[in-house]
Amino acid sequence: MFDGASVVQALQDCGVTHVVWIPDSDLGRWEPELREAPRLQLLRVCREGEAIALAAGLKLGGKNPVVLIQCTGLFEAGDTLRNILHDLHVPLFLLIGVRSYRAHQKGESTDSCPVFTEPIVRAWQIPYVLLDERHAPSDISDAYRRASAKNESFAVLLAE
Amino acid sequence: MMKLCEALEVVALHRGQRIVVATMSAAGEWPKWSDTPLDFIYIPSAMGQAPSLGLGLALAQPERGVLVLNGDGCTLMNLGCLVTLAHHPANVFLLIVENSLYEVTGGQPTAGAGRVDFAALAKAAGIERVYRFDRADAWRGGAAEALSGPGPVVVSLQVEGRIGQKTPKAPRPMSEQIARLRGGLGFTPS
Ligand SMILES: [Mg+2]
Repeated sequence: MFDGASVVQALQDCGVTHVVWIPDSDLGRWEPELREAPRLQLLRVCREGEAIALAAGLKLGGKNPVVLIQCTGLFEAGDTLRNILHDLHVPLFLLIGVRSYRAHQKGESTDSCPVFTEPIVRAWQIPYVLLDERHAPSDISDAYRRASAKNESFAVLLAE
Repeated sequence: MMKLCEALEVVALHRGQRIVVATMSAAGEWPKWSDTPLDFIYIPSAMGQAPSLGLGLALAQPERGVLVLNGDGCTLMNLGCLVTLAHHPANVFLLIVENSLYEVTGGQPTAGAGRVDFAALAKAAGIERVYRFDRADAWRGGAAEALSGPGPVVVSLQVEGRIGQKTPKAPRPMSEQIARLRGGLGFTPS
């Protein structure tokens, strides 16, 4: 189960320094814990491409950021992802909320977000895992540690 | 109006030990003025994202500071960055080279050419230290103040547009630029 306190704990445990984000209605519930986290700095941006570039600057400057956005923002941020991940080869760790994923799985949603998220992540050649209510925040920290060890980008898709 | 080379000559005199991130037409010219590991020619770029990249660098390296040489066309692509810069105080000095053109694509006018006021936009976004220079002598006289003290600072530089320019090239491959920058910041190769 994912909630703000346990996700913050997981991120702090693996040495994340900054969370660059734009909230959505699911992830937005983590705001109080993210804001108050003693060892994380929460950075608010206006658009998701900015989040990617800002995180890349932090990474080049020696910090350990993660980007926390909704899949709609992933769609918007395509050119910046392409440039940062594949031109600059700056590896980033992305946490991406997939809007309506659970309803889509049950055939109860016409939202196109779940249709396009995984194909888009694959198109940008980002290895990923999709986590739902069967998973735990330790799955996020495990993924982060594996990606860091390999100096690779990675996306955790969070079923909403 | 000043020439791009006049504008950049003044930047080179005042950049100190700060990182310089250069994009678009300024990126093609900047290596003539400085080509150290702390000069990052952002080519290939994600157009519009240099101020955000610079902010990340400045937040990570607060004692060093970052100058971003941006165009007006690329600033238009990411106007939200002005709000983000104002929201996260850091030593970022955003210099907007205003020529009302997409110079690197041959010189087509930008939307808002001759009407949009970037200095006013920066002010309205919440950035307190905003400067605008129309002429080279004014920029020479004002740069010491504009490019010192705490960021964020936005400097609007009115520069003559050039038609028919070639697309700027990076002086070296991106992998080499990244390695040089990281080395200049004191990191050992991973
Ligand atoms: Mg221009």
